[in-house]
Amino acid sequence: MSAAVQARPVTLATVIVSEWTKLRTLRSTLWSLLAAVLAMAVLGSAVAAVQMSRWAQLEPQERARYDAIDVGVGGYHLAQLAIGVLGVLVISGEYSTGMIRSSLIAVPHRLPVLWAKIIVFAAVTFGLMLVASLVSFYAVQAIVTQHHQQVTLAAPHALRAVIGTALFLTVLGILAVGLGALVRNTAGGIAGFVALMFVLPGIVALLPASIGHAISPYMPLSAGFTVATSTFEDPHHLGTWTGFAVFCGYAAIVVAAAAVGLQKRDA
Amino acid sequence: MIDVEHLSKSYGETLAVDDLSFTIRPGQVTGFLGPNGAGKSTTMRMIVGLDKPSAGSVTVDGRRYRDLPAPLREVGAMLEARAIHTGRSAYHHLLAMAQSNRIAKTRVDEVIELVGLERVARKRVGGFSLGMGQRLGIAAALLGDPPVLILDEPANGLDPEGILWIRNLLKGFAREGRTVFLSSHLMSEMAVTADHVIVVGRGRLIAEAWVGEIVQHASKNAAVLVRSARGELLQRALAGPGVVIESVDRDVLEVHGLSGREIGEVALREGVALEELTPRQASLEDAFMALTGDSVDFHASPVAEAVA
Repeated sequence: MSAAVQARPVTLATVIVSEWTKLRTLRSTLWSLLAAVLAMAVLGSAVAAVQMSRWAQLEPQERARYDAIDVGVGGYHLAQLAIGVLGVLVISGEYSTGMIRSSLIAVPHRLPVLWAKIIVFAAVTFGLMLVASLVSFYAVQAIVTQHHQQVTLAAPHALRAVIGTALFLTVLGILAVGLGALVRNTAGGIAGFVALMFVLPGIVALLPASIGHAISPYMPLSAGFTVATSTFEDPHHLGTWTGFAVFCGYAAIVVAAAAVGLQKRDA
Repeated sequence: MIDVEHLSKSYGETLAVDDLSFTIRPGQVTGFLGPNGAGKSTTMRMIVGLDKPSAGSVTVDGRRYRDLPAPLREVGAMLEARAIHTGRSAYHHLLAMAQSNRIAKTRVDEVIELVGLERVARKRVGGFSLGMGQRLGIAAALLGDPPVLILDEPANGLDPEGILWIRNLLKGFAREGRTVFLSSHLMSEMAVTADHVIVVGRGRLIAEAWVGEIVQHASKNAAVLVRSARGELLQRALAGPGVVIESVDRDVLEVHGLSGREIGEVALREGVALEELTPRQASLEDAFMALTGDSVDFHASPVAEAVA
């Protein structure tokens, strides 16, 4: 009881420590992160191994255009699903179990809970994905050496693509946390994530080309993955950092909506 | 000290809490009594800021809950046992809660021991029984050693031993000068735990009463059932000041104001054979209804009384 006299206040830092404990003490989180790391680190090598074993059968243009950077970071195609699902779960899991009420009783200002979740999840995702992306890049280069396709990190776009992959997956994770907070439900959050990232572009592709080509570069996935790939021959894409900025914009809008909802709605 | 002033909460068309005002004082256990759906949980959720009042205000020691710098150190709340992620261990749940409010790790071990969860503290909460979940909820409420405790149906799911334990724990906290506020839909539980009760129904305040008064009222209304073939003779013999006799059946009397022993002595003197002599305690619920019924009538008819 004496503690109440001069209690040191709850701050963003204390909530971050708490959220870090929450993240590392759930088995489901650890498995999802492991899945994302394995996907990111291994998928590229598997693809490269298949390509090398069938090198003689490839079309000459395919061989000429072979891009060891894109294969090197190609694991994000699978990792993005694991990160997205986990991002939703980080907060929807609190709503489905009722934990959110404990969290908000401990931090009645509420917003620090959302910020801390985003900061912790983003830091963990960026760290793990950067390492996995680097591992994948080097592993793929080692595999493609047999047909002399290897490049180094010093090659144009190589370092940017490796770091960009981690950045893309991190912002994608933040977007997913925002969706989970907005929808407050695991199934709904994951459905929203899949719809926004993977279904919406398919629908846009059905539109007449004149409209579709104008819109499609601005779809979240098309805009976001520009930073995770080496080069484009496709003129219907935004530039690397412009695209990534648009993707960050999507995440910012979703997170802002989630923040407003968290402040206004009953828990 | 918890101050609830003209608190209302509506969900769409339904009014869950309707202009509720009361004060919960330190140093005593205050019960929040009412049937399910009376607005008890909603009121408690508004106290800790989970729900926003539609009107009115609520403060804890003079401040809004969200203005408390380290709320877990000032208010301990268990609103529903299952406000805990099922995939995490009890220890890690408490640790994460503690860290957000800068509560020492050693305190986590202390509350685990206090509620008797040492053996399962490292196990996932998903496998806990209702009673274990309840104990964990209580542990979380006690983490910050708070001067104010708010517990929604704390006895729910506890075995008799657990109920006795929580009862003594809460009484002990009140004796230490803390504010203890707990809800229940059972008068019998309140009678043995609370000092003071606040009764709500359909979101409105129905009555406030001291538990002592209710118990006294109940014992005052105690009666003795007497069965005898010569009821009429006995009724005349028992009559006297302060004695009320009702004829329940042709040969059954309900006697207020005399003990079984006194009735037996009268019967012996009169040579009346008794077939049955049964003391009957008025239930706390009845006593309570009578007390609160009176107070409601009193408030409802001051004009009539003035005229009379």
